[in-house]
Amino acid sequence: MKAFFLLILVAVSAFGAEPIVVGSKKFTESYVLGEIAKMVLEQAGFTVQTRPGMGGTIILWQALSSGRIDLYPEYTGTISEEILKRPASENDMRKALEKFGVGMSDDLGFNNTYALVMRRETASKLGVSTISDLRDHPGLKAGLTHEFLDRQDGWRPLARRYRLTMPNVLGIDHALGYGALAHGEIDLKDAYSTDAKIAENNLVILRDDMHFFPEYKAVYLYRLTLDRRAIAALNEIKIDEAKMTALNAAAEKTKNYAYAASLFFHAPNDHAVERDLPRKLVRWISRHLELTGISLLLSIAIGLPLGIAASRGGAVGQAILAIVGMIQTIPSLALLALLVPVPFLGISATTAIVALFLYGLLPIVRNTASGLQNIPPALRDSAIALGLEPSARLRKIYLPLASRTILAGIKTSAVINIGTATLAALIGAGGLGEPILSGLNLNDNATILEGAIPAALLALLVQGLFDLLDRVLIPRGLRL
Amino acid sequence: MGAVLELSGVTKSFNGASALRSTDLQFQRGLTTALIGPSGCVKSTLLRLILRLIEPDGGSIKFDGTEITRQNAPEIRRRVGYVIQEGGLFPHLTARANVLLMSRHLGQPGEQAETRLAELCALSQFPTEALDRYPAELSGGQRQRVSLMRGLMLSPELLLLDEPLGALDPLVRSALQEDLKKIFLRLQQSVVLVTHDMAEAAYLADEIVLMNEGRIVQKGTVAELRDQPTNEFVREFLNAQRSVHF
Repeated sequence: MKAFFLLILVAVSAFGAEPIVVGSKKFTESYVLGEIAKMVLEQAGFTVQTRPGMGGTIILWQALSSGRIDLYPEYTGTISEEILKRPASENDMRKALEKFGVGMSDDLGFNNTYALVMRRETASKLGVSTISDLRDHPGLKAGLTHEFLDRQDGWRPLARRYRLTMPNVLGIDHALGYGALAHGEIDLKDAYSTDAKIAENNLVILRDDMHFFPEYKAVYLYRLTLDRRAIAALNEIKIDEAKMTALNAAAEKTKNYAYAASLFFHAPNDHAVERDLPRKLVRWISRHLELTGISLLLSIAIGLPLGIAASRGGAVGQAILAIVGMIQTIPSLALLALLVPVPFLGISATTAIVALFLYGLLPIVRNTASGLQNIPPALRDSAIALGLEPSARLRKIYLPLASRTILAGIKTSAVINIGTATLAALIGAGGLGEPILSGLNLNDNATILEGAIPAALLALLVQGLFDLLDRVLIPRGLRL
Repeated sequence: MGAVLELSGVTKSFNGASALRSTDLQFQRGLTTALIGPSGCVKSTLLRLILRLIEPDGGSIKFDGTEITRQNAPEIRRRVGYVIQEGGLFPHLTARANVLLMSRHLGQPGEQAETRLAELCALSQFPTEALDRYPAELSGGQRQRVSLMRGLMLSPELLLLDEPLGALDPLVRSALQEDLKKIFLRLQQSVVLVTHDMAEAAYLADEIVLMNEGRIVQKGTVAELRDQPTNEFVREFLNAQRSVHF
């Protein structure tokens, strides 16, 4: 227990200074651009922290405009289509962004536009080289990222402009989509024109013959409060399309974004590379324990009184169980997304802890309530007849009698939390979900296992610890 | 001597069905009164009403001259001992902790409590070496002895026993009946005993209250009930049981 709190302390104290926080989206190029910004700013003398792979545009934009992060890589097309939701010149954009306290760097020098890609072989067999050509092949199966499906400059407006009528369109993760395309499970997917996978998998980009896609020049969006020297350093960063594609390829090959970013400076930059797995594991695990530990303590502190109230039945008891049960039916991903816009939460460990706390409530509340309700009436009567006051009855008789059931609830909550906490990485809260998420994005099982195996072991360990705790906390008379 | 407990016009119904019809009853100090009747009648309900484990619909119950209310019930419960069929011992506490629970809760000096505990062990023939066992490690008879000790710990003015021997086998039961009788005499204890066993009532009680269908049928000594039954039910009830024991 002591060691556990020490771990929490260490993890918390690391946030003492006031570093520049760099966010990135959940795809290879964004990770790499995030790392490049970090290295450039560090060379300029700043302390920098990264929140890699926080999510999609909306999450990153909210994090930036609310000050949770100081900068992140973005694309001009996304700024006009998704953030401002109107076509705008670069000057218009700067003016509009200023109202949010946000600035935009000079463009980095490459255009990573959206593109539709197919297997080269299929495309030449069908004679498809432009998006317009798709009109003659409505039988093709498209697997599109969820973001592209919903974007203003995404699938639906594109299909309308090109008058495409493809009935087989499904949503699929970006990295997994490349696998599906290679295996022939889908024929068409959306891509970023600098994706390394395009050349690697022998794919062909369909020409945007009606000029549907806007320009997607890479820039950094930063808070206007950012140090001017830092802004100047960001404006110095220049990358052309070939270079970016190469960096993306390096990132996917080495599974190491920091290493790929270091190639930007021509010489492999060893000190920036965290090759040391044990050290990474300690960082992930301690953050993971911080998230689950704090949220579990909260769940117990709030869940126990709620369970006691619920055990008394009546309208209040029913309402408590109904509300707590309802929270559990919200998918964990959706709960995270719902909490991000809440004031004071946003993209942070706090949000993850709040979500985990809410998830941890049900097992504790329900077990506390049913443990108390299952106490034999004869024992309740005895406790009352002896003349114990209600609070003493609860403390000395009812809670000890229900201890086994209550502890089982806490155990369930802890084990579930350890699993669910891997999702915290989606909103940049770190933990063992970080390698799982990177692995998913890279389509790399080894990296996924770096997070998944420790998470599973951790769950087993916690289960074992609680079994030991049972022996201490459940009175001996109940274990006979 | 006077009445330790006085019921006047007490009524109780469950879900609209009348369980206890307007009942007047007095329990004399220092005596053992048995409430007897066929199972399913309201004997136990009467004890639960006295302890305010359930609220009466009407009437009043006076303990030692004071009307029992919801407000003073907690204080009065501490002056009344209560033993139920399965003992009602708390399984997470040892025999000792069960007996000393209230004494410790009320902050009585430990030495005084230990002396009282030793006294009670001797009185109820409970082996002191078994005091640190949990209820699950005790025999049925031992559990009832611990339960009795718990009921007597605070020297209650009144002891309520709800079928205390109902779940025990005949040999243990008969031994405990003898011990109970000695204890009641020794302590000059006021006792209300609920039982469905006429022989037990006849052996232990100074006065018998025979109940049926929510009302008192006859009150008196066992001889009075036997020799001057007020109606056919009394005669039948006694006859049904006499064949074995008399």
